[in-house]
Amino acid sequence: MFLRVLSDIQWRAANPKWRRMTSSRRSTSTTAEPHPVSLPAQAQVVICGGGITGTSVAYHLSKMGWKDIVLLEQGRLAAGTTRFCAGIVSTARPVSIELKMAHYSNKLYQQLEQETGVPTGYTKTGSLSLAQTQDRLISLKRIASSLSVMGIPCEIITPKQAVQLHPLINIHDLVGAMYVPEDALVTSANVSLALATAASRNGVQIHERTSVSHVTVQKGRVTGVETDRGRIQCQYFVNCAGQWAYELGHSGEVPVHIPLHACEHFYLLTHPLAEPLSSSLPTVVDPDGRIYIRNWQGGILSGGFEKNPKPLFTEGRNQLEIQNLQEDWDHFGPLLSALLRRMPGLEALQILQLVNCPESFTPDMRCIMGESPTARGYFVLAGMNSAGISYGGGAGKYLAEWMVNGYPSDNVWPLDLKRFGTLQSSRTFLRHRVMEVMPLMCDLKVPRWDFQTGRQLRTSPLYDRLDAQGARWMEKHGFERVKYFVPPGKDLLDLDHSKTFYKPDWFDIVGAEVKCCKEAVCVIDMSSFTKFEISSTGDEALENLQYLFSNDLDVPVGHVVHTGMLNEKGGYENDCSIARLSKRSFFMISPTDQQVHCWAWLKNRLPDDSNLTLEDVTWKYTALNLIGPRAVDVLSELSYAPMTAEHFPSLFCKEMSVGYANGIRVMSITHTGEPGFVLYIPIEYALHVYNEVMNMGQKYGIRNAGYYALRSLRIEKFFAFWGQDLDAFTTPMECGREFQVKLEKGMDFVGQEALLEQKQNGVYKRFTMFILEDHDTDMDLWPWWGEPIFRNGRYVGKTTSSAYSYTLERHVCLGFVHNFDEKTGEELVVTTDFINQGEYEIDIAGQRFQAKAKLYPFSSLFTQRRRKDEVELSGYQTE
Amino acid sequence: MLAASCCDRRMCVCPGPRRIAIPVRSSRLPLLSDAMPAPAHLFPLIRNCEISRIGSTACYCHHRHLCCLPSHFAHSHFRYAPQKKFAALYRPKENFNHFIHTRDHASASQRFYLTPPQVNSILKANEYSFKVPEFDGKNVSSVLGFDSNQLPANAPIEDRRSAATCLQTRGMLLGVFDGHAGCACAQAVSERLFYYIAVSLLPHETLLEIENAVESGRALLPILQWHKHPNDYFSKEASKLYFNSLRTYWQELIDLNSGETTDVREALINAFKRLDNDISLEAQVGDPNSFLNYLVLRVAFSGATACVAHVDGVDLHIANTGDSRAMLGVQEEDGSWSAVNLSYDHNAQNEHEVERVKTEHPKSEEKTLVKQDRLLGLLMPFRAFGDVKFKWSIELQKRVIESGPDQLNDNEYTKFIPPNYHTPPYLTAEPEVIYHKLRPQDKFLVLATDGLWETMHRQDVARIVGEYLTGVHHQQPIAVGGYKVTLGQMHGLLTERRARISSVFEDQNAATHLIRHAVGNNEFGTVDHERLSKMLSLPEELARMYRDDITIIVVQFNSHVIGACQNEEL
Repeated sequence: MFLRVLSDIQWRAANPKWRRMTSSRRSTSTTAEPHPVSLPAQAQVVICGGGITGTSVAYHLSKMGWKDIVLLEQGRLAAGTTRFCAGIVSTARPVSIELKMAHYSNKLYQQLEQETGVPTGYTKTGSLSLAQTQDRLISLKRIASSLSVMGIPCEIITPKQAVQLHPLINIHDLVGAMYVPEDALVTSANVSLALATAASRNGVQIHERTSVSHVTVQKGRVTGVETDRGRIQCQYFVNCAGQWAYELGHSGEVPVHIPLHACEHFYLLTHPLAEPLSSSLPTVVDPDGRIYIRNWQGGILSGGFEKNPKPLFTEGRNQLEIQNLQEDWDHFGPLLSALLRRMPGLEALQILQLVNCPESFTPDMRCIMGESPTARGYFVLAGMNSAGISYGGGAGKYLAEWMVNGYPSDNVWPLDLKRFGTLQSSRTFLRHRVMEVMPLMCDLKVPRWDFQTGRQLRTSPLYDRLDAQGARWMEKHGFERVKYFVPPGKDLLDLDHSKTFYKPDWFDIVGAEVKCCKEAVCVIDMSSFTKFEISSTGDEALENLQYLFSNDLDVPVGHVVHTGMLNEKGGYENDCSIARLSKRSFFMISPTDQQVHCWAWLKNRLPDDSNLTLEDVTWKYTALNLIGPRAVDVLSELSYAPMTAEHFPSLFCKEMSVGYANGIRVMSITHTGEPGFVLYIPIEYALHVYNEVMNMGQKYGIRNAGYYALRSLRIEKFFAFWGQDLDAFTTPMECGREFQVKLEKGMDFVGQEALLEQKQNGVYKRFTMFILEDHDTDMDLWPWWGEPIFRNGRYVGKTTSSAYSYTLERHVCLGFVHNFDEKTGEELVVTTDFINQGEYEIDIAGQRFQAKAKLYPFSSLFTQRRRKDEVELSGYQTE
Repeated sequence: MLAASCCDRRMCVCPGPRRIAIPVRSSRLPLLSDAMPAPAHLFPLIRNCEISRIGSTACYCHHRHLCCLPSHFAHSHFRYAPQKKFAALYRPKENFNHFIHTRDHASASQRFYLTPPQVNSILKANEYSFKVPEFDGKNVSSVLGFDSNQLPANAPIEDRRSAATCLQTRGMLLGVFDGHAGCACAQAVSERLFYYIAVSLLPHETLLEIENAVESGRALLPILQWHKHPNDYFSKEASKLYFNSLRTYWQELIDLNSGETTDVREALINAFKRLDNDISLEAQVGDPNSFLNYLVLRVAFSGATACVAHVDGVDLHIANTGDSRAMLGVQEEDGSWSAVNLSYDHNAQNEHEVERVKTEHPKSEEKTLVKQDRLLGLLMPFRAFGDVKFKWSIELQKRVIESGPDQLNDNEYTKFIPPNYHTPPYLTAEPEVIYHKLRPQDKFLVLATDGLWETMHRQDVARIVGEYLTGVHHQQPIAVGGYKVTLGQMHGLLTERRARISSVFEDQNAATHLIRHAVGNNEFGTVDHERLSKMLSLPEELARMYRDDITIIVVQFNSHVIGACQNEEL
């Protein structure tokens, strides 16, 4: 194949040194050669995969000082997807962590040739993202906002300016474009080879034509790797096997679930134009036409993400056939139409080849990195969703940091392997989901979109009941959750298809649900939350939890404690509510997507003690959240027990009967700051209790509500949610939750030191609530999350979540405020005064709105008497 | 004068230009010019003949068989010329395509087109699909189901179709029937033939059981489960008569009880012959009810070909009488499609058939037996039901006609005695039976009247149906290879290929899809909407000149069941 030959030549020319070192001679003959160098018997790290991710991990590990590394490649270096990759380095990414990775990759590749002497073909061409619709332009503007605050040059330009940058573009159907001048092109295989060269200079051993058959795991730790050339003992294994990663993960005795699936991906190569295209012409991305176009050797290279992708290798066999995939012109037809529509002048350009290059995609369009929850020392970096070159450098760096330091230097939770469980590993699920994901690469990403495939996997026993009452669903970790209930008579179709950056059409529906939560009582099915039970025969449970959690759990039986599960740096690994059921058993409620992460965290840290049991009881309970002032009345009528604050104070837990059902765990928490209760109901009673509650609640005006109402309620009360606002880089001190930390609880706990230090020295960022002042809910773009925050005109941070507050009749954004030194950019301590003495603006797609910053919520929103420790903190309230 | 009831129309309208050529007395001719504006059914016979004559003299009719007309038909066809609407259409076939493609040749009155939904509603009006029901999630029948459809050219259509499942024996019966000289015979055969076949197949005990049930007035065992389109009607009036004839047949079978197991081939042959015999007898005997009397005469004096399939597991029998055709669609190992004929046409193109006819008659008649590719210079199919004009002696014909009702007497066609008619019968309904053992690669069976076969080659039929059923348009994938192809050329090519594929998805019925191709195919083998629209919007009187009635049944086989049956035998 043409490309292959091309890079082989360059490889040979460029790497004589490396060749000698590894003695892995290359030749054009296809027969396998004997391997003069045998594999080492042991190594600290074995990396499987010699593509861009594998070489990048090796490069960064070796740079960080780890030397005892072996990289194994089943074929030849950069022979998989990396070889076929289009070689576009693009930083225009909607997810912040991806943007950072791409930015780092770009900087890395730029100096790589100088560092290694291997020509990488790096050319800074810039990129043009075109918008055919206003909505597309808005999404480009949002990306532009986040690029600019990171210091990446970027501008929104008119179609006329675009055509000046790239004369071949037809602009008649464009409304605007985004220009990122520093985006680049590389020869992807050579970048990978350059990284390999640098790594091998740092001592990494590279062995080609060596395939890993499986990884051995003992006592939950990686112990070695079995290859077709023998065994290597190792402490760490890194699965960078790209589209082979899934199968490799499943090959061992302890399966590591890496949910990814390959799809065919096509791009077109042409002969040079009559007047060859300049190699400095920017890359054109036309997401509405689903295509990208870059200059390539005087001609063009153009591919895209079609609406009807062709998943392949579902059965997992024949993956070595990657080289022999067929061109499919009929399939490429729509993309060719889009190309000729964008550049009509290319009609007469001669075709060189249509390349079929399979790419692996993940269930949520984000790559997969991190340590396996089941096997310590088993790391993964794969599933690049066709952006391997853009992410490769940065992702390799983060993973290397993770391995060396225990955690990467930035929050990579959105990419963490542990966001998935076994449930995403079904081949059928993956096949269907990637068929939806691949077109999404080009689809407009509007707030609150949900995947349509792979749904209705985990459901509450009430699913049908709620669905019949007009529930509209979203999915989290495979669990169906209600967004809102469409009242009878509303046009359902319209609502389901509302894709807008502006005021959504469920606005009034959710408004009514919120109102009912405030004035009467609502029921929200919250069964998706992760629920663990920890118990012991002696005091082990309490002792261990006291160590792992920051709040004091030695509370009287029946109390519920909000607490963080912190890491050594004091950052939130999890934010949960723990009820003390008895002296020796605890019931822990965490966010839905914590099921795998929290389990692994606890398993790895709890002693291997037969007296101590940890059980995942998520599936055993249906959780009904009764929110509102009349929840008390409903429950007391159903249980014949007084439920008023005197008898059942806030943050209390009791097993009681509801209707005929006994043993219902009732907790006086609502996750929203409103009065009410959560009922944990053994699933066989779920329907009964729900019916009883709904019947009894009628006279109190009860109704169903969904998560959108919940979100609006919690955000207006400044409640942070883990995964959205809180992450492993946020400490309780930084988000005004000191009251949830007991620094002097008589024993050490994880993160204590870091928190003590912060208490002494102050914090470098502060979780702040912003009320948008001059924002017109009907006319202006709605905030989502990730909007830059400006203080006195200077960038200080980003929002993490936002919602419309029906009570305040204003938009509320939550986000972190930093204090960057004006000259050096160094982070300074953020004080209360710093927050309070600033003029704030929030940038929504380039438009800035004035905002009022607050460190504490409005007390008027709370109707409930709170416990003493919380009241103490309300002293700051100004209104 | 003719009664204007619809039955009369059916009877009279149709010698049809191709199947039978009928001389018409010239005394009628002066009426022609007046006749055209008159209601069509008044002089349908004459009008049809006239048009066919014009079709054959003024232009080349694109059908394979031309009407041959006696030379004394020398009257003027120019009477039609001033009617522009027709004149435009009377172009030779070579120009016809051209005419359809270039509108400037068409006169203003021709410039209306049917929209695609209109075309679809015409094409789909008679479509019918049957899926063999599954039990316990498994379909153990070798037949998955069938699609059928018909497109009229005659008004009313002379083709008939039948499909039924045998309830007392195993197997499924499917048939197409092409009527001529009216649809009465085809109608009767379509109603009755399957009962005759089913009865022939029944074991002795079952026959007894049925006979006893009838005798004692008990409920009868159902013999057939019909799969009928709402337009496929059965005549209520004649059911008693038909039933009695059938009962006589099974009573004879009971009496003849040979004790041997029923052979399907023999059963088919016996049933065909017996039914034809009954048709003939009923006409000779007549019926006291004048309506029925007229009906049985019309059935006997008109004719019909029949092509019937009997599928039972891997055993496929095709019984054919006449020039309808059965064709098996076979998928080769490389996925391509090929056609296997499962019937021979009984017409002048079939040497064996010509030979057979010649051996059955004295040498003196050799020259007159087959003239202009027609039996006795008149009839195209060499075997048919009904058509007593070619079976009865002249005396019998005359006697029956004279004693018959006035309507019959007034009918030119019935009165006309074929020339050189010396040693009847010249015609038989005995079918030729072909047996085929189904193999897993046999994916479908097409039964169709000659209306399809004269426009399409069987190889194309196999390909189009095969691709339709598998849902794969087996186009060769494009490979650029070393050729010089520009983006623009490739784009054009892909656009054209997409258009071709999209035509597959318009139809939910394989038979409809086939008709769409049969009528609308252009010289490139793709459906041309403009042409399709033109062909379907032809006025009733003209439709017959450009196409014949088309009736198609596409039976889809269950390869898994067939494969399993094969393995069992091994």
